[in-house]
Amino acid sequence: MATSPSADAGFVRFDAVEKTYDGINLVVKSLDLSIGRGEFLTMLGPSGSGKTTTLMMLAGFESATSGEIYLDDDRINNIPPHKRGLGMVFQNYALFPHMSIAENIAFPLQVRHLGKAEIAERVRKALDMVQMSGLDARKPAQLSGGQQQRIALARALVFEPKLLLMDEPLGALDKQLREHMQYEIKHLHERLGITIVYVTHDQTEALTMSDRIAVFNDGIIQQLASPADLYEKPDNSFVAQFIGENNRISGRVTSITNGKARIEAQGGSFDALAVKCLAGQVTSVSIRPERVAIEPAQADILFDARIEEVVYLGDHIRIRVSVLGSDEFIVKTPNRNNQRAFNAGETLRIGWAVEDGRALDA
Amino acid sequence: MSLAMDREALTARLVKAERRGKIRAFLLVAPLLAFVVLSFVIPIVNLVTQAFYGDLVSSTMPKITVELAKWNGKMPAPESLCEAFVTEYKAAKAKDPALPTRIATLVNREFSGSLSKMRPVANNELSAPYCDALAELNEEWTKPEIWNALKLVSPSVSPRFFIQSVDYRLNADGSIRHENEENSIHLALFGRTLMVAAAVTLFCALLGFPIGFLLAHLPTRASNLLMIIVLLPFWTSLLVRTTAWIALLQQNGVINDTLVALGLISDDQRPVMMYNMFATLVAMTHVLLPFMILPLYSVMTGIKPNFVRAARSLGATPLTAFWRVYFPLTIPGLSAGCLLVFILAIGYYITPALVGGQSGQLISNIIAFHMQKTLNWPLASAIGTLLLAGVLLLYWLYNRLVGVDKMKFA
Repeated sequence: MATSPSADAGFVRFDAVEKTYDGINLVVKSLDLSIGRGEFLTMLGPSGSGKTTTLMMLAGFESATSGEIYLDDDRINNIPPHKRGLGMVFQNYALFPHMSIAENIAFPLQVRHLGKAEIAERVRKALDMVQMSGLDARKPAQLSGGQQQRIALARALVFEPKLLLMDEPLGALDKQLREHMQYEIKHLHERLGITIVYVTHDQTEALTMSDRIAVFNDGIIQQLASPADLYEKPDNSFVAQFIGENNRISGRVTSITNGKARIEAQGGSFDALAVKCLAGQVTSVSIRPERVAIEPAQADILFDARIEEVVYLGDHIRIRVSVLGSDEFIVKTPNRNNQRAFNAGETLRIGWAVEDGRALDA
Repeated sequence: MSLAMDREALTARLVKAERRGKIRAFLLVAPLLAFVVLSFVIPIVNLVTQAFYGDLVSSTMPKITVELAKWNGKMPAPESLCEAFVTEYKAAKAKDPALPTRIATLVNREFSGSLSKMRPVANNELSAPYCDALAELNEEWTKPEIWNALKLVSPSVSPRFFIQSVDYRLNADGSIRHENEENSIHLALFGRTLMVAAAVTLFCALLGFPIGFLLAHLPTRASNLLMIIVLLPFWTSLLVRTTAWIALLQQNGVINDTLVALGLISDDQRPVMMYNMFATLVAMTHVLLPFMILPLYSVMTGIKPNFVRAARSLGATPLTAFWRVYFPLTIPGLSAGCLLVFILAIGYYITPALVGGQSGQLISNIIAFHMQKTLNWPLASAIGTLLLAGVLLLYWLYNRLVGVDKMKFA
């Protein structure tokens, strides 16, 4: 069956979806979101931002207060979870502790009344896929966190769902294993071409794996963009602040010409890209620490900063300076040969390009 | 210094370092230990001992005990036997005037009417030949029954009370016979007790499961209120709760009156709900319900909603998700609750005594009967010991089937 291009782009569609639990506060506010077939989309945000609620509405465990949710052009608002055919990996995996690994993976096949031989075959294949063959008879409690994670993945994929939902699946793993699993999930996605909706509060995780990231805050998608755009071109100060490390300088916009805003800050004025600011209003300018040069030969913007604190981090040095009324301004410099010494109290000349400063909402 | 010596010294230092902590820990539990020994271990040992050991006859009348053991059961009784009995029985009276009656009571339990035949032996002057003198007092002494009864009670260790507790009697020659019909009540009561305990456990499980589920999964406010309602019976005296059922269930009680007032039954056809098995079942289920609910609740709160959600997302209908995922996870609590309720029910006394009438009496009521009415403590002990053994057997079986380590109490 040929699918229309529109269905491919809007494989999953949220149409003005709202959710409230108490009838007073909206947890999700007028959400519009389209997820393409085969896309890896991450919902990223702090806790209470509405990302998990959105996922639960998609899975069918929460009902939308208003609005429509479509999957493959079918409205699924009133379809119970077990008929939606979505695979889901839960926080802490939710492997059934009283069943063996093989029984866990066979569960979705058994409830679909598949034949015994076929179940055995597909369980074997699923275990192969996550490189866990030979552990069929173990109980979940006998496996490490990483192994449990793989089994949870195998179980969610064994019945070939249309869509895979993942709710902070790596939260319980230690840092190294988490990074390893991120790549494994990413490669699995590339190999199977399945659509994945992934929820996390960890921005590194989101940046590593996703095709697109929806940054949630306060029940609203603040920005929906590719990882690179999200990091380099944040639409508002929440996104700038939430993704990566960010320096913000508060000031007032005196004028905007040719998309460039003139910013009047404490201790000087400079130009920045006018992204989300109005002339005469206060603004906060976002500048990534690694875009700030130390003692540059030439730069659009140059200021004298006082070194407050120097932290040695091995591969780079992190210098906190006070400049333009902020004493939390961070400069990162790679740790190279013949690195000059930085000492607190010294004055440092720092500079950046106009395009690296983005004037956003205050 | 060698490595082995080094290690030995290290071990010694560790033991020394830990000794203080161990002593302190022991002192902390010592009061409880003493209490448990005094109030639990000693009484149970005492109970079990009384069931098969009684040295009243063998210690006060050692010679007759030996003579009776030698005696072949044929009449007429040898003169040595008569002489030993008369002299020792009189000696016992000299030692303590109450002793002859106590001994005669024991004999009387084996052969009814012995009491009146033995008393005169202690009170009258008798002279040799003693067998003839006894025959003159009462011709029963020329028959074997009374001597056989005496022979049964004389050994200090005897299994006869255990045999009696399962409705058989021990004969003097070591064989056993069935208890006569009117006294054969123990086995029936054991059976009834097991049935009642099983039924009460089943009812508690059926009623407690949904309540435990609500407690565990309702919003906090509602579940706290429900918890208070569940715990309320714990704050009320058992006696009050049981008598409340009397007020509810009796012929002119609240339930019957309501049914009549609603016109559901006519006034002269009020069902009998009190002083029978029905009342015992209802009241015991009510009293024991919290013991089912609390372990279930504690296990159910630990079951994360994600398990059921996972099952649903994998394609299970709500019923399948419950039956294949939720229910198996409640087994540790359910089994703990069942074991608690069953063991409590099997030894239940006060509730059946108050509401059970004739048909609702249980084995513990007969134990109390033997303790208070017939004063046959050894028999009461024997029944109690059998009950204890039965519970231990069930516990062992349970451990084999489910595993006690998997159980979770509140």
